This record gives sequence, structure tokens and C-alpha cells, in this order.
Amino acid sequence: MSTALLWVTVLVASLASFGLKLAGHLVPQHWLATDRVQRTSTLVTVALLVSLVVVQTVAEGQAVVVDARVPALAVAAVALALRAPFILVVVLAAATAAGLRALGWG
Amino acid sequence: MRSAVRQGVSVAVATGLYGISFGALSVVAGVSVAQTMALSLLLFSGGSQFALIGVVAAGGSPLAAVATSTLLGVRNMLYGAVVAPLLDLGGWRRLAAAQVTIDESTAVAVGQREPAAVRAGFWATGIGVFVLWNAFTLAGALAGDALGDPRAWGLDAAAGAAFLALVWPRLAARRAQVVAGIAVVVSLALVPVTPAGIPVLGAAAAAIVVGLVARPRLPEGAA
Repeated sequence: MSTALLWVTVLVASLASFGLKLAGHLVPQHWLATDRVQRTSTLVTVALLVSLVVVQTVAEGQAVVVDARVPALAVAAVALALRAPFILVVVLAAATAAGLRALGWG
Repeated sequence: MRSAVRQGVSVAVATGLYGISFGALSVVAGVSVAQTMALSLLLFSGGSQFALIGVVAAGGSPLAAVATSTLLGVRNMLYGAVVAPLLDLGGWRRLAAAQVTIDESTAVAVGQREPAAVRAGFWATGIGVFVLWNAFTLAGALAGDALGDPRAWGLDAAAGAAFLALVWPRLAARRAQVVAGIAVVVSLALVPVTPAGIPVLGAAAAAIVVGLVARPRLPEGAA
């Protein structure tokens, strides 16, 4: 993506983000308080984040590959199960992948 | 009210700190330091920011990047509708409150009993996260610039871990777990056959279908 196009992307996404936040403050609460809207929004958030986990961990361009990112994610999952703070989870995952690559794998 | 502020500050410190990982990953993804700061100042929603740079890093289109980021921001609209009546603001204060309406500020605000504590908690968390998130984003972006090969540092793996940490607390309900499973399958199926950014949107589309057709309150919270 060119620098100019990336700026447009950044600014349009920022505008959309603020627009959504402000809309929430402005619309009557009962519009958004329906079960179906709440449920769908919650599930979309989960699906997006899980899909991003998958893509970030096994996609390489359009190929699905298993490399050092997979054991790194497993380490992150263990850390989360043990209630480690966010920053520690991220650092442990990075250290795992970096360590494995230093040893010549993935 | 003092405990609401204290709670807000501790959440702000914890959340702000991972701005370091956002800043570093963003510049590694090929986003400039200025653009990275624009994301933290203007877009200001962690999940959406990570998602946008993730799509950019993978070579996705601007449309896919904006769509993914925006879909992840939809929940902030629901938060706005929850906190607006509690805050009861007008004018520029409402604009400021909208900008800092995120997971953390909403969670701290709705966790309070007294109206004064709700307001104190919301603002302490919202402003605290905003200031620290931006400060640490800058630190991470400058550090990321100096790192060199991101793979040698495992930063590509850090991105997946960051998303896992963001979704982890949302996986308690059975229905969320089912949707998570569907998202894994849809993403893996789409990666080889679609351009970058599309698998994530495909998973979101599947979740919308589930959300719209699922029977109300059946397995919710049954985990």
C-alpha cells in the first residue's frame, strides 16, 4: 500500500471509529438494546478476533504454514489460562518464536 | 468514588503498557510512526488498531483494512448507548466522552454503584488509557523502528498472541465458543482461496448469520 493510500486508510478508519462511538452516545438507547443486536455484536467481535488469531498464526500470503508462530501461540494460551497480564502474554509468545528461530526452526 | 478512580488508573496502566506492542507491530507492518500515532490518537480502539495493521501487514486492500477495523468498532457503539445515559453530557464533553468510549472505560463505569463513581470511573479510565496508550504507542513505534528483522524477534507471533489475549475473556459463553470454532474453520478455508483480509471478513459474516438466526438465550452463558 502506498503512503498516501495508507493515510487514507488510517483516516477513514478513524472517522468510522469515532462515528460509531458518537452514534452510540446519540441514538436512543432502546434502538441498540435489543437482544439480537447485542448478541450479534458480541459474536462478530469474537469471530473477528479469532479469525485474526488464525490468520496471524498460520497464514503466509495465501499459504497455510506451520512455523514457530504455532508453538508461540500455544505458549500464549497457557499464559492466558494462568491469568498472565496482556503484556507478558505477548512477550512470552514473541520470545518463544524468536527462541525457536534462533535454534534454527520455523 | 476514590476507588473508581483507583480502579480506572490501574486499568489504564495495564492497558497503556500494551500500547508498546501495538506501536512496535505497527511500524514493523510498514506503517510509519506518524500513521501509527494517528491510529492511537484518532482511531483509539485497541482491537481495531491491531486489526487494521494486521490486514496491512498481510498485504490486504484498504477496503478490507477499513472494514475489519470498523466491524470490530461496532461494539463501541453499543458501549456508547450504555454509558451515555449514565454520564448525561452535552456539547464538547459528549464528543470527548465518545472518543474514550472503549472496552475498559465502559467496564469500569458500569461496575460502579453511585452515579458520581460511574462518572469518575469512566473519565479516569478513558483519559488514563488515552494518555498512556498513546505514550506507549510512541515508545513502541520508536523501538520497533530500531529493531530490524521482526521475525528474528518473534514479533509476527506476538500479533497472534495479542489477538488471542483480546478474545480470551470473551470466550466464556458456549455460543461464543461455537462461533470461535466456526471462525477458525472459515478462516482456514478462506486463506488459500481469497486475498488477505477477506478470511477475517468471512468469519465476521458467519458470526452475523449465527447472531441473527440463533434462538434467543438458549445456550448463552451455559459454558
